[in-house]
Amino acid sequence: MIARVVVVPKPVVNDPQGVTVRQGLNALGFHEVADVRVGKYIEVRLDGDSAGEARRRVDEMCRQLLANQVIEDYRFELEDRRG
Amino acid sequence: MRFGVVVFPGTWSDRDCGHVVEDVLDADLVYLWHKDRDLQGADCVILPGGFSYGDYLRAGAIARFSPVMDSVAAHAARGGLVWGICNGFQVLCEAGLLPGALIRNDCLEFRCEWTHLRCERDRTPFTVRLAPGQVVRVPIAHGEGNYVADPATLDALEQRGQVVFRYCDAAGDVTAAANPNGSQRNIAGIVSEQGNVLGMMPHPERCAEAELGGTDGLLLFRSVLEAAAAATP
Repeated sequence: MIARVVVVPKPVVNDPQGVTVRQGLNALGFHEVADVRVGKYIEVRLDGDSAGEARRRVDEMCRQLLANQVIEDYRFELEDRRG
Repeated sequence: MRFGVVVFPGTWSDRDCGHVVEDVLDADLVYLWHKDRDLQGADCVILPGGFSYGDYLRAGAIARFSPVMDSVAAHAARGGLVWGICNGFQVLCEAGLLPGALIRNDCLEFRCEWTHLRCERDRTPFTVRLAPGQVVRVPIAHGEGNYVADPATLDALEQRGQVVFRYCDAAGDVTAAANPNGSQRNIAGIVSEQGNVLGMMPHPERCAEAELGGTDGLLLFRSVLEAAAAATP
């Protein structure tokens, strides 16, 4: 199984990288760009058959290490790669 | 009085701290490898600056799982002194020993320059030699020193007097222009509720000798010595 984890700065946390990328896109003529948030994408390959158990474990991984919940939100999806 | 300086893979300020302790203060020093659990009798544990574990994932995120950090947390819980400088401050926040987090500087640049700090609280073991409102000149060297916490946490820090240092100008005024990294409320250093754990982004160990351009950092090291002597019956 593969977990695809996305970690992004919380909406209330200033994201200097996102602001700079937005300004760059605006300067390139993409005037419709109103906001950019720069985060992280993490792939985790897991052993095991139970999607429910994997979901619970990945959520725990996010809480304990992959995201810092003081400043970041996370979400993930699971892909069953068996067969 | 013994200082313990923790060395993680990627730490770079350990020898600077050790030099001040041994050669400038003439105090007892022990280096603590990150895999050691024994603090070897250190009264004050310093988590120095650098890029522990390459700052992988987030600055300080991996270092907090080092075996030595369990002992550091236990030392802090017993009221022992823990002093996180730069990367050490980031480690303390990731470990939950101090509230908040340190994110990318708002200017997106690595800032390596002298700053002025206003001492907001002298009643900590790290600042007994300073007066409230006193301005010290201490250099910074970091890319991720932008202190953030939610408004309730910031208000609690202020009310309990946990904000120890703020970036200011030479006259001591806390201004946006004097803030090198975008830190909320110009915060440069905070202590734990009990006052025995200090985290700060500036580097006092780099201004403890006149040859290096300043000696204000020595005030903090001498404060620790004085506080330790006062605590010993």
